[in-house]
Amino acid sequence: MPTPFPKLGLRPWIVILLIAILALAFILSLTLGSVHIPPEQVLRILTGGEPDKASWADVIFKFRLPKAVTAMLVGAALSVAGLQMQTLFRNPLADPFILGVSSGASLGVALVVLGTGAGGASAFITGLNVFGDLSLAVAASLGAGSVLGAVLIVSRRVQNTITLLILGLMFGYLTNAIVSLLIYFSQPERVQAFSLWAAGSFGGVTWNQMRVFSPVVLSGLFISYVMIKPLNALLLGDDYARSLGLNVRRARFWIILSASLLAGVSTAFCGPVWFVGVAVPHVARSLLNTADHRALLPASMLMGASFALVADVIAQSPGSQFVLPLNVIMSLFGVPIILWVILRQKQLRQSFAS
Amino acid sequence: MLSSTSLTIGYHQPLASGLNLQLRPAEMVCLIGPNGAGKSTLLRTLAGMQPPLKGSVKLGEADLHTLPALELAKQLAVVLTGRVEAGNLSAYALVTLGRHPYTDWRGKLTPRDEEAVQHAMRLTGCDVLASRPIHELSDGERQRVMIARGLAQEPKILLLDEPTAFLDLPRRVELLQLLKRLSRETNCAILLSTHDLDLALRIADKLWLLSSQGELHIGIPEELALNGSLARIFRSEGIEFDHASGAFKVHQPVCGPISLHGDKDGVALAWTWRALERIGYEVHNNGVRRPIHVDVLDAGHWQLTTPKGQSKHVTLESLITALPATCNLQPIT
Repeated sequence: MPTPFPKLGLRPWIVILLIAILALAFILSLTLGSVHIPPEQVLRILTGGEPDKASWADVIFKFRLPKAVTAMLVGAALSVAGLQMQTLFRNPLADPFILGVSSGASLGVALVVLGTGAGGASAFITGLNVFGDLSLAVAASLGAGSVLGAVLIVSRRVQNTITLLILGLMFGYLTNAIVSLLIYFSQPERVQAFSLWAAGSFGGVTWNQMRVFSPVVLSGLFISYVMIKPLNALLLGDDYARSLGLNVRRARFWIILSASLLAGVSTAFCGPVWFVGVAVPHVARSLLNTADHRALLPASMLMGASFALVADVIAQSPGSQFVLPLNVIMSLFGVPIILWVILRQKQLRQSFAS
Repeated sequence: MLSSTSLTIGYHQPLASGLNLQLRPAEMVCLIGPNGAGKSTLLRTLAGMQPPLKGSVKLGEADLHTLPALELAKQLAVVLTGRVEAGNLSAYALVTLGRHPYTDWRGKLTPRDEEAVQHAMRLTGCDVLASRPIHELSDGERQRVMIARGLAQEPKILLLDEPTAFLDLPRRVELLQLLKRLSRETNCAILLSTHDLDLALRIADKLWLLSSQGELHIGIPEELALNGSLARIFRSEGIEFDHASGAFKVHQPVCGPISLHGDKDGVALAWTWRALERIGYEVHNNGVRRPIHVDVLDAGHWQLTTPKGQSKHVTLESLITALPATCNLQPIT
C-alpha cells in the first residue's frame, strides 16, 4: 500500500534540471558577447585546448570567465539572502538589502566617488586611493560592514523582529539622504561615475579580487545552509519557533549575518543589484509549490545563479559594443517573466502570515 | 508533573497571585474565565514563554523557566491561539516541524522521527490530509494538524490557547472530544483555555476557573457548579448561572411568573419551559398554580389557563400567541 505521507525536500530530477539549466546558461554567457565564440571552442578553451583564434582564450579567461563566475555567485548570494530575509521578516517584499547593508555600501562608495574634495572626508579618501581599483570595493565593504556590525549588535538586543525591520528601513532612509546630499553638491561627472556603480555590473571583479569575493560568498552560503532548519522553524512565527526549542535570537543573528555577508559583499564588488533577491525566492516558491527551505534554499541558489547569468548575457547585448546597465535589464526582462510565473499560481497571499 | 507553588503571573502588574497548580498525566483540564482575566498569560507562563512575577513552575523536579529550551520542547508543546499561516507547506511538512527538538542540525528525519509524525497524524485523524497544503484546510482541519504537530514533539504536557475559537459548534465538540481521547491514549496532560463553558463542563476532567479578580478555583466541573463557584465568578460578570440546569441564564424575566405543569421526564416540558423563558416569563414548576398556568398534556397538546379563561393548543406557536399580549401582567395574589 502506498504511504499517504509525501516525501519532503527537493526531488532529484529537479536538482538535475536546475543544474542543467545553470550549465547551459554558463556556456551561453561564455559564448555570447561582443565577439561570438562558438560553444565547442569555449569547451576546448576551458579544457585547456588550443582555440582557432588565440585571442579567444584571452577573452574567455580575462573577461568572460570571471564575469560569469561573479554573476553566478552574486545571483546565488542575493537569492539566498532574499529568501532568508523574507522568511525572517515574514514579509514577501523583504529583500537582501532590507537591513540597510547596501545603503551602507552606497554611502561608502558615495563618499569615495562624490566626496573627494568635499571637506572632512577627503583625507579618508586619499588614504583609500592607495588601493587603486580596489578602492570602490573597499569603501563599499567598509560601509556594508559597519552597517552589518550595527545591525548585528542591535539584533542581539531587540526582542521583536519587526523593530529590527523598522530600524533597518530608517537607517536606509538616513543613508539615502546623505548620499542625495553628496550628489547635490557634486560635479556632474562624479555623479555619473556614482550612478554607473549604482547601475550594477558583474564585470568589475578581477581574478585577484575573486580571492576575497568568492570565499566570503561561499561562507555566507554555507551559513545559510546550516540555517535551513531554524528557517523552517521560523515559518510558524517566533513564538512557535521558541516552543520548538529554537534559540530565536541566536538563529536570527546567524541568519542576518549570512544574509548581510552575501548582500554586502555582492554590493561591494558589483554595485547594488536589485530584483534578483526579491524575485527569485518567489519564483522558487511558486514553481516548487512549497515553503520548505530544504527545497527552497538550494533551488533559489541555482535559479538565482542562472537568472543572473542570463541577465548579464542580455546586458552585454551580444554582437554589439553596447553594455546596458544590469539593473535595467533585470527589471525590464525579469518583471514580465516573474509576474507570469507568480500570477499563474494563486497562493502568494497564503505564503506569508500577516 | 507540572506544578506551581504560589505563582504570580502578569506582565508588570500581577494578574493573579498565589496560584498552586498541578497537572497530572492523562488529565484534560479546561481553563475558564472571562476575557482579560489572564488565561493567556497563565498559559504562556506555564509554557515557559513568559517569566512569572513570583513563584516558580516545576516540570517534574526541574524549574521550567530555567530548563534549556530544547529540553523543554521535548516535554511540553503548545498550540497558540489564532490562525496559523505557514505558507504553502503540506500538512505533513508542518507536522514534521514538531520533530525539531529531536533532529540533527540538518533537520534530517530518522525513521523514528517519521514514525512519530505519522503516529501523531493518525491519532488526530489528519493522516488523510498529509499531502494537502495548509492554506486549503478548513479551520477545524488546520487545528487538528496543529495539535498533531504538538503531539509530534512527544510531550508530557500539551497546552492549547483557545483551540476552539474559530470553530463552529460541531467542530468544537469534536475537537474537545479528540483532546480528551488524546489525553487518555497518549498519557499526556492537556490544558486548554476556552470560552465554551457548557462543553468544558461536560468534557473536562477538571476545571481551572480564573476570575477577573485573579482568584483561581480548581475542581471537577460538577463540584464547582454545586458549590457555587461557577455562579459566583460569572455573577460578577453580570451573567447568571443556573445551578439546576448547569447552563447560563440568557433571559431576564420581565413578564412576571407563570406556572407550568407536565410530565417531568418529558421533552415537551423542557422545550415549553424554554419557549416561555425566551419570551420573558419567570417559569415555576413547583406545583403552585399561578394566575397564568400552562399544562403540558399528552404529546403535542397544551392547555393554557389565564384569568380570562382556558384554551387548548396543538402547537407551541399558537400557545405563545395566545398568552396575554402585554407581558407586564401583574400577578394576582
